[in-house]
Amino acid sequence: MTAEAKAPAFNSDAYLDMDLLRLLTCGSVDDGKSTLIGRLLYDTKSIFEDQLEAATQASISRGDENVNLALITDGLRAEREQGITIDVAYRYFATPKRKFIIADCPGHVQYTRNMVTGASTCNVALILVDARNGVIEQTKRHSFIASLLGIPHVVVCVNKMDLVGYAEDRFEEIRKEYQAFAARLEFRDVTFIPLSALGGDNVVHRSEHTPWYQGASLLHHLENVYTAADRDMIDARLPVQWCIRPHSEEHHDYRGYAGQVAGGTFKKGDEVMHLPSGLTTRVASVDVGGEPISVAFPPMSVSVQLEDNLDISRGDMICRPGNQPAQGQDIEAMVVWMNQDALSLGKKYALKHTTREVRCVFKEMKYRLDVNTLHRDESAVALGLNEIGRLSLRTTAPLFYDAYRRNAATGAFIIVDEATNNTVGVGMILGEQA
Amino acid sequence: MNSYRLNHLRALEAEAIHIMREVAACFERPALMFSGGKDSIVMVRLAEKAFRPAKFPFPLLHVDTGHNFEEAITFRDQLVERLGERLVVASVQEAIDKGLATEDAGPEISRNRAQIPTLLNAIEEHRFDALFGGARRDEEKARAKERIFSFRDDFGQWDPKNQRPELWNIYNARIKPGEHIRVFPLSNWTEMDVWQYIKLESIDIPSIYFSHERDVVIRRGLVIPISGFFPPKDGEDVVKKTVRFRTVGDLTTTAGVESPADTLDHIIAEVAAARGSERGARMDDKKSEAAMEDRKKEGYF
Ligand SMILES: Nc1nc2c(ncn2[C@@H]2O[C@H](COP(=O)(O)OP(=O)(O)O)[C@@H](O)[C@H]2O)c(=O)[nH]1
Repeated sequence: MTAEAKAPAFNSDAYLDMDLLRLLTCGSVDDGKSTLIGRLLYDTKSIFEDQLEAATQASISRGDENVNLALITDGLRAEREQGITIDVAYRYFATPKRKFIIADCPGHVQYTRNMVTGASTCNVALILVDARNGVIEQTKRHSFIASLLGIPHVVVCVNKMDLVGYAEDRFEEIRKEYQAFAARLEFRDVTFIPLSALGGDNVVHRSEHTPWYQGASLLHHLENVYTAADRDMIDARLPVQWCIRPHSEEHHDYRGYAGQVAGGTFKKGDEVMHLPSGLTTRVASVDVGGEPISVAFPPMSVSVQLEDNLDISRGDMICRPGNQPAQGQDIEAMVVWMNQDALSLGKKYALKHTTREVRCVFKEMKYRLDVNTLHRDESAVALGLNEIGRLSLRTTAPLFYDAYRRNAATGAFIIVDEATNNTVGVGMILGEQA
Repeated sequence: MNSYRLNHLRALEAEAIHIMREVAACFERPALMFSGGKDSIVMVRLAEKAFRPAKFPFPLLHVDTGHNFEEAITFRDQLVERLGERLVVASVQEAIDKGLATEDAGPEISRNRAQIPTLLNAIEEHRFDALFGGARRDEEKARAKERIFSFRDDFGQWDPKNQRPELWNIYNARIKPGEHIRVFPLSNWTEMDVWQYIKLESIDIPSIYFSHERDVVIRRGLVIPISGFFPPKDGEDVVKKTVRFRTVGDLTTTAGVESPADTLDHIIAEVAAARGSERGARMDDKKSEAAMEDRKKEGYF
């Protein structure tokens, strides 16, 4: 493709007005995840020639017959040697409609933590299924994690359709099997697409091999998933991150309370409440870079000036008097453990929630969840690496929070071991005793 | 309602501002690594968005190889002047003179490796505990896996097998004395995003990014600028070409591209159609596919 042919799409106003879509890919080893990502990058011309050349060289030295598209997305040396992906890697591609960020997550058993990590920022999960194997244990586990992390949109990619003769029956069978299982999960929408990542069928263009399939190609679907409703536009929340105080003649009295809007909207004149004080005032100005803007909404990073001089610092929350987050020190949450050293009840950990840092103790383990069967083990007393459970905990100072289901930005926290400084676990706050 | 839409550039901007403020709040002595290249210039704009009307709560840090494009140094000084911010220069030449660093061995003069001890020395001297870098995950495979808050031990080393989980927009900023972190606010930006943002925000960049006439030699298919540091080798013909540069690295290791692109729109069109990735124009990466990973483990940016 020549420069002239491609340039207009990228130069047009449409390009400047693209959406950002973050998606997660998961599947078990050999389902074709790397091939699919390689295919998306390749077909959207997101791979540069020298990167392709490096993959070609690597393919030749491995003795592969064709250029192995999977090698384009393969990462660090250790992984190259083992031939597997072991961590989350991020990939980027764009079409004139959207810019995509792919969190590429590993498929094998011991890496729940990586998938949870990748899933935390995504709007869409691509779940790969090998058409020959259908829904397997790992499909269920990946789906459950996607649901736990609140990913609203799921695409079940039934891959390797070429190996089952592009049979509609087989596709339908897998769809029914998946739907039966996913009925227990909380997805906003689930879409099924028959694919061959290797051959490119239904990846970018609809395939002639599947005339019975009436839906969109994967890329077309990703370009059009409706994500505007994924944000919480109702509950105004601004966790205070930083105070802008110029200490200069010109801006002597300037105080900007800066942060990333976690929910709802803020504009000049709005009546707002400060937590923990409970005092109310009005927004005098909403600024970016010291210049006023008309309205702030998630996920914008802004600062607000207030009409009254309140004592506000990092970790506080600005909300509306008529719509406040829950506040308290006793929290109930789903916790995913990410460290070799098991979670211990009674031990003190550091906890970071929005911009607020406190300490906490886990009081009680309600149950541990088996991610394969969704069975709740109420006799469990510990949470080991890659395990998920429901726990209650108490914090040293109140948190201003919402249920994770309602607002991930004010419902999520991380747990840090104070001795090692490692992030050892993460939590998603449950609502009013669900 | 369409007015509540944030396009991808503004979404990336919001993420980067959040990251910068988080670092300012959680660390005592951050610094912003300023190379004079477009990525660090974009970081400076993001810092303005994050902290104005106040001053930045950190200085800019330039690891100066001494092998600079003159245009880039002039640009740096004018920018610092206009911003009224502090600039700390860590000189590779001084580090070499003090015996802290040595010139890279090999047929090509390069101070790429010498930057590592120079930087680590500056970190120690100024007790920096967090450094903003302009690296992007789309640049290179090893970077695709790096965290936004990337933890370094007291030798400045990165351990790709032992990275902290990083979820949502909640960053773990805890370190022990002597350790520091590298922070990459542009992690999720692509080269195209950076160019588009420069256009959207009308950001000034050094003139070498735009095509101009320059004395070069063609070496192993690469367009190499000729200078006092980097004279032609025996038998090489110096020719005048219309070139531009896609990165402002060390003058001696940065190859140009022959290009007529002399405006942002032309550059954007060229990037859209590009068939060589940006790092392909850095000769030192050609040495081996795993070269970047090795250097990163040692404390390269
Ligand atoms: N026949 C067929 N083979 C495929 C398809 N997708 C991937 N493969 C092959 O399946 C194997 C595993 O693919 P890979 O992408 O490495 O899987 P990953 O482990 O999920 O990343 C490779 O040999 C691929 O060539 C497909 O759609 N059809």
